[in-house]
This record gives sequence, structure tokens and C-alpha cells, in this order.
Amino acid sequence: MMYYLGLISEYLKNYMKSRLTYRADFWVEVISDLLFQATNLIFILVIFMHTDSLGGWSENEVVFVYGFFMVPYGLFSCFVNLWNFSERYIVKGELDRVMTRPAYNLFQIFLENVDPPALVGSVIGLIIMGISGAQMDLAMEWWFIPALIILSLSAVAIYTGIYTILTSLSFFSDAPTGIIPLMYNIQGYGRYPVTIYNRAIQVVLTWILPFAFVGVYPASLFLHREDMRHMALLTPVMGIVFLTLGLLAWNWGIRRYRGAGS
Amino acid sequence: MLSVYTDFIRIRFLTMLAYRVNYYSGILIYCMNIGVYYFTYKAIYGDAGSIGGFTAAQMTTYVAVSWMARAFYFNNLDREISTDIRDGSIAIQMIRPYNYVLVKFMQGLGEGMFRFLLFMIPGMAIALLLFPVKLPTDPVAWVGFLVMLFFSFMINTQINIITGLTAFFIENNEGMMRMKRVVVDLFSGLILPISLFPGWLATIAQWMPFQAITYLPGSVFTGRVKGVGIWNVLGIQIIWLVVLLVPMIIIWRLARRRLFVQGG
Repeated sequence: MMYYLGLISEYLKNYMKSRLTYRADFWVEVISDLLFQATNLIFILVIFMHTDSLGGWSENEVVFVYGFFMVPYGLFSCFVNLWNFSERYIVKGELDRVMTRPAYNLFQIFLENVDPPALVGSVIGLIIMGISGAQMDLAMEWWFIPALIILSLSAVAIYTGIYTILTSLSFFSDAPTGIIPLMYNIQGYGRYPVTIYNRAIQVVLTWILPFAFVGVYPASLFLHREDMRHMALLTPVMGIVFLTLGLLAWNWGIRRYRGAGS
Repeated sequence: MLSVYTDFIRIRFLTMLAYRVNYYSGILIYCMNIGVYYFTYKAIYGDAGSIGGFTAAQMTTYVAVSWMARAFYFNNLDREISTDIRDGSIAIQMIRPYNYVLVKFMQGLGEGMFRFLLFMIPGMAIALLLFPVKLPTDPVAWVGFLVMLFFSFMINTQINIITGLTAFFIENNEGMMRMKRVVVDLFSGLILPISLFPGWLATIAQWMPFQAITYLPGSVFTGRVKGVGIWNVLGIQIIWLVVLLVPMIIIWRLARRRLFVQGG
């Protein structure tokens, strides 16, 4: 365990060193990330200029859900970045290098792709939750902070599980599958109250690609929405299940890996 | 001489064709995006008759048409140009007997034609099956839309080329390119029709070239803008097409004087 914590700090130091050469770039990346989040927020704000409720949810509630959504998403984007996996590690063969080292291969891949600017999004998410919560007179309760930590980590586990399963597919197919960009779009569905979608999409978002568990379900716990309370409490279970599935799929896939050469 | 340039269109089209499998997932992605906005708008409309001048049916059509238009006009010329500049291969291209910017345009056109035939049309067919999209029956509307779509492509490509060329001046224009994408998606009216914007934001949007990419053609095609309005839309598109030529040419002129290769 200490060994792995040490690795994290070494990789972060390394990241800082290489990043300091392109200092301005760091901030440009932060700003462009925030702009992207801002467009989603503008979408919500503009929408509520034309309606009072979205499937029974008020503006502040929807904004709060979006704020929560940003917290685990920032953590996930910082520590788990599998976007270029197939291209970088399989096609270019960098996986061979990773596999000759003692630390767990998936962990090394995560570390090699850390992206700290993404964490700014989590901070903004917390601020958004604070502002919209205050506007709703949401009383701060003692369990908010521990619940926020547990639910955020569970959501990160769900993301990691889903993306690890999908990335494992690249061990079985030669060509990049294009399935990852697909998921980035599906996860957009999880930002809004799932009740606005038709039944089939709701089932998919809850049980098959459980993106509703990274936004609307856990956030509803803080909003005291009784209709989704049991779903919110289920979030850690889903996190454990999907993370386990992800690791199993990965370990199974990597045993099939033979190296593409180059 | 002309045939050199048309060859670039053909070659790009064929290159894209070789990688067409990647586009099948693209069609799905676009249908999903349409789905997100379709369901969100459905929840917003509830019983409301019209919002921002769009009826619920028009909004569905607008969303579908906007995304499918994007399937056609979108390209990665900004990224290609910036890569050429950063790895230095632009130096070689500059001494070749053709105009680099024009060649990029042609390659973009080849990609556009590919996207039109193998991405936009099949995507549209699937979107028609999945969502209650109502397309106009009047052939004039179709001809008008195709003309406007071509202008959307031209304006978007100009913006992409300008963004790509900034790599001459900013060593790493990654952030610039991302910002451009966000700005284009928002102010072109792709994620929100501009008539829904609050007044001040709508005014800003109306003075920017981006609305000519998605919002204006989309408004015509959903039947929200009719008659003389259609000519206004075309006029605005032509004006922006001409206006954007100026920064593009200036940046290219300046850029050639300060080529500075970072590696390769």
C-alpha cells in the first residue's frame, strides 16, 4: 500500500516537472475544461428561463445535480484516463514496457495519464452545489460531508468500472473500437433527472450503463428527494460491483495480450 | 492546375472511405446526442405550445437537423494544420507548388463529401426512425437547405483554418482549439437555438459568425423562417464567408514570415 502511495507522489512530481515547461498550457487547459462545463450550465439556465420544472425538478435542484455530477467526474478525469489506451498502449506497444514492471499494470496506466487540471472541475462543482444548495435553504447536516465523500468515490468507481470494461475490449479487437467516445455521450444522459427519459433508457442508465448513479441518484440524497433515496443508498454497492467487473474484465483481457510489436 | 486541387478532394474522400468503419459508431453517437436533447426538450415543453418561437415538433426537427448538419460540416482541419505546423511538415508543404490553405480547403471538402454521403444521410435516416422528425416536403426548401449547408461548411472550415493557423503564433494551441469547439457548439445554436437565449446573449450571438453555421439554416429548414427571411439568411452567410476571408489571409501572410518549427 505504501509502495503504491509512493508511486502516486512520484508520478505527480514527474507530471509537475514536465508540465512546468508549458506553464501557460496548464491554465489554458483548465479554462477550456471550465468553458465546456459552462456551456452545460448555460444550457440548464437557459432552459429554466422557459420552464419551471424539468420532469418535476426545479432549476436549483437540476443545477445542484450538475454540481454534484462535476465532483466525481473531475476526480475520474484526473486519475482515470483511458481515452487513448488502445492507440498508445496496444498499437504503439507501450504496454510491453508497463508489463515488465512490478506494480499492477492498470494502476501504472492510470498514473501515467494523470490529468490534475481536471480537478478544478470538481472544485467548481462543489461551489455550484454550495450556491444552489444555499438558494434552496438546504440545511447543512452532519452527514453531508462523509456522504459526499462516499458517494463521490462510489461514482468514480462506477466510471472506472465501466470504462475499464470497455477498454478491455481493445484486447480482443485489433482496431480501435470508437466505443469510448460513445460512452462519453451516454454519460450526458445521467446529468438530468432520469425520470424524463422513456422507460427503456431509464433501465439502461440504472442497471446496464449506470450513469444515473454518477449524478442524479446520489445527488437526490442531499436534496431529500424521497423518490430516489433508496437508489442513492445503492450507489456504493453499484460502485463496488462495477469496479470488480472492470478489474475482472481487465485481468481476463490482459492475459490474452500478446503484444502488437513495433 | 485546377485538377491538382480537385485531386485533393478525391484523395481525401478515398482515404476517408478506407476508414469508414469508424463512422458507424459516429452515427450512433449523433443519434444519442439527438436523444439527450429530444427528451430534455420534451420534458421542458410539457404542455407549452411554443418556446422561443419553436413548437415542440419544430424543436425536435431542429435538434435532429442541427446534429446531422454538423455530421456534414464538422472536420478536424484545425488539428491537422496545427500538427503540420508543430512537427514542421508544413515547411515542406510551403515549398510545393500549391497554396497550402487552399489544399486544406479541398481536403476538407473531400471529407465533407464523405461525411455527407456516409454519415449524414444514413444518420438522418436512423434519426427519422427514432424520433418524430418532420422534414419539409417542398423541394425548394430542400434546395435552399443544401445551399445553406454548403455555406455552413465553408464558414466552419474557415474558422477551423484560422484556429489551426494560430499554432504559428501560440506554441501549443490545444486550448485554443478546444475553446473554439465549445464556442462553436454554443453560439452556433447547436445545443440551444439562439432564440431561446436571454436577450443580451442573443444579441452577442447575432454579431458572431457562428449562428450562420447551424442556427440560421436550421431555422429555415424547420419552417420557422420563411419567404424573404430565407434570403436574409443566405445574405448573412455570404457576408460572413467574405468577412472571414480577411483574417484568414492576413494570418496566413503573417505566418509565412514567422515559421518556427518545434521539432521533427
